[in-house]
Amino acid sequence: MNIESLLGASIDGLMLGFIYGLAAMGLTLIFGVMRVINLAHGPVIMLGMYTVYVLTSQFGWNPYLSIAFAVLLGLVFGVVMYFIAVHKVINAPELTTLLATFSVNLMIVGIATVVFTTTPHTVDVQLPSFRTGVITIQVTRVVSALIAIIVTASLYYFLYRTRIGKSIRAVSNNRNAAELMGINTSAILGLSFGLGTMLAAVSGGLIATLFGFNVLSGGGYETKSFVIVVLGGLGNPTGALFGGIFLGLLEGITTMYLPLGWVPVIEYVIFVIILLVRPSGLLGAR
Amino acid sequence: MSTATSIILEVENVSKRFGGLLALDKVNLGVKQGEIFGIIGPNGAGKTTLFNVINGVYAPTEGRVKFNGQDVTGLQPFHLCRRGLARTYQVVRPLGELTVRENVTVGACFGRENLPLEEAERVADEVIDFVGLTERKDMLASKLNVAQKKRLEMARALAARPILVLLDEVLAGLNPQEVADMLFVVRKIREQGVTIIMIEHLMHAVMNLSDRVFVLDYGAQIAEGTPKEISNHPRVIEAYLGDPKVAERFLEGAA
Amino acid sequence: MRTLPNISFWLLLLVVLGVAAIPVINGDATLRENLFTILMLVTLASSINIIMGYTGYVSFGHIVFFGLGGYFAFYLMQNFGVHVIPAALVGGVGASLVALLLGVPVLRLRGAYFALATIGINEAMRAFMNNFEPFGGALGMFFNFSVYDLYGGAKNAGQLAYYAMIVVTLATIAASFLVKKSKFGLGLLAIREDQDAAQVLGINPARAKVMTYAISAFFPALAGGIYFFKNGIIEPGIAFDLQRSIESLVMVMLGGYGTVTGPIVGALVFDRIRSALITAPPIELGSFSINLSNFHLVVAGVLLLLVVLFVTAGVIGWLRQTFPATRRFLE
Repeated sequence: MNIESLLGASIDGLMLGFIYGLAAMGLTLIFGVMRVINLAHGPVIMLGMYTVYVLTSQFGWNPYLSIAFAVLLGLVFGVVMYFIAVHKVINAPELTTLLATFSVNLMIVGIATVVFTTTPHTVDVQLPSFRTGVITIQVTRVVSALIAIIVTASLYYFLYRTRIGKSIRAVSNNRNAAELMGINTSAILGLSFGLGTMLAAVSGGLIATLFGFNVLSGGGYETKSFVIVVLGGLGNPTGALFGGIFLGLLEGITTMYLPLGWVPVIEYVIFVIILLVRPSGLLGAR
Repeated sequence: MSTATSIILEVENVSKRFGGLLALDKVNLGVKQGEIFGIIGPNGAGKTTLFNVINGVYAPTEGRVKFNGQDVTGLQPFHLCRRGLARTYQVVRPLGELTVRENVTVGACFGRENLPLEEAERVADEVIDFVGLTERKDMLASKLNVAQKKRLEMARALAARPILVLLDEVLAGLNPQEVADMLFVVRKIREQGVTIIMIEHLMHAVMNLSDRVFVLDYGAQIAEGTPKEISNHPRVIEAYLGDPKVAERFLEGAA
Repeated sequence: MRTLPNISFWLLLLVVLGVAAIPVINGDATLRENLFTILMLVTLASSINIIMGYTGYVSFGHIVFFGLGGYFAFYLMQNFGVHVIPAALVGGVGASLVALLLGVPVLRLRGAYFALATIGINEAMRAFMNNFEPFGGALGMFFNFSVYDLYGGAKNAGQLAYYAMIVVTLATIAASFLVKKSKFGLGLLAIREDQDAAQVLGINPARAKVMTYAISAFFPALAGGIYFFKNGIIEPGIAFDLQRSIESLVMVMLGGYGTVTGPIVGALVFDRIRSALITAPPIELGSFSINLSNFHLVVAGVLLLLVVLFVTAGVIGWLRQTFPATRRFLE
């Protein structure tokens, strides 16, 4: 264990952390705006992965162009999902929306299993890696991290600098008041949900360029998102970003000292402990 | 007034702070057994907070609460219920998916006498008759109107066979006939020997009914005494002066 | 109204017992296998109902107790030659203790947070067992066949497992009934409707919830001990299968939570639909052949969504609401 490998693992984890943070922001955005925990989050990440897979392997698209398409697909999917499964029960207790989003989870995974079966798939991205000293950095990771950062920045710009973004923030603050001020809350809620799923889909697409996956992979990343969201505070996008970076670093460093199999244990245990001790997250809920 | 009336509830120097807000400011009061003790005050004065501290929903930031001679400060609400302190809510909280009978049975089961199910049902039936809800015994609680829900709330509290009952604005939202009916029930409760503390905004009711009245404003006591004394009290009139009708009623009460 | 063991209680137990006895009488092995699965699902669904239907706390990760019971019992049977019945009982008690310990902090959470925490617990347990060498790690444990000698061979062991499962299922149904109709159950209902109001009425919610959670953990653990005994192999992925956990939840929602018969109906319907899908011939669409065996997830999802959106009370709940006369015998 020398400083260079530690540094290498940290940089690696950091870059991955941006992608984790992106996914987690999708989850926390939905919760922040409408207090719904989207249990279909994992499968949507998986949808992003498979969008990239299908476009690159069946239609020969460039992987990063496919990710752009995943953006669109994720957005549209989320809006549709919102109006079919969530809108009717939006004011019901949190458990009802939990079950409703979970039902969509089952449907997505079910259809995907029928179409793609459970065999693993990969997306081939031919980009070099370069070395500085003893540290090897894969360009794919750098590109993915950069894309994640760009999307994050765009999201912030959208939320804080545009009129629709302001409407979203109004609705998440006080839905009734926003409605009274003439904001079409249903449309905004649908859009927000779509944004949340969009972020999930994009992160899935990015992950697909880095690792292999199958139809059940969404679950693992969903749990990471939950851990991050709970760490950073439900409804707090900045918290999700920092939480993601933290988790990425944590993963990167612990894999140097512990066998890979223990990483999920640590993540789940952190998750449960934080839920029990500080449900509002380390950085405080929105 | 008998010479040996004991103090059933003592609130000693109770303050309650929520972050920067001082909701209760060194409140002191003593309620005698068998009396009807009224608490009035403008909106936001801290009356419901006081009830919440007495019945254990909040622990006071400072001060002590003594019930029936024992220090019960900070005990959880179910402990207080089992010792004989019952409470109704200002915004009624019926157990919606249960029938009226089931609701009141809950009160009887877990109250002071800790009855088994069958006996509790018998007690529940008695109490339901007492408050006049017999016809609606098997209706789902969520389907009652406001006046009936208020009676259900009271029945549930009484089924626990309390020594002291805290009534939080039982008359709010009722029309004059319903008010008269409810006051009748309150008097019946007192006749059974139960001590009553009631928060009320309906001046004529609380002045008519109470043996003594306690006035809260901004969390602090501004007056205590018989209804007659209170209605003449300058500070009380000042606190309510924002509402000329109320001040008028005070002066009427004094005349 | 609330008198303990009344006619519907005994009737229900008799019906279940009667149906379960059919393969014993006519020796139909396939039927016995199917019923074994259905009985196990009924046990799982009923035990989730004990915590969810009566307190309103939805245990998403409830399968963790199935897995724990399975692992504890398996370990005893494998390494100490313990008979399946006491081994399963030890597993049941062990799981209940875990539920008691975890329940105290976890049940302080409300609603969705609790649901998420139970998922986290199940996943943590699965990941842990994956790495825990004394319990076999990722490969799990498996019997060498001499273990079955204690019962006179694998065939006898299979029969014993079936009888044991019948008993466990009947016990779960009985427990579900008793909890619901007792004073304890009334307190739980009050907690479900309005926990704060229940406190003011003299109920200690923390204690009631934790006890219920411990009770609800006992039965799936027993089922787990028996199931893996029959299987002869246990591994983390199967023992702590989150999908199976959610399926049990769907069964409860489908049949009607808060009722005793609801989970039974839900388990039966769900299992039949799944079997139909698995054994259905593939659909031919031009050059594509779609295999429906994995479609049961989609069906589960659609059913769940329909129930959540339109018939929250499930089949039995809807019946009880629409035809009040049924309230008397359809608990």
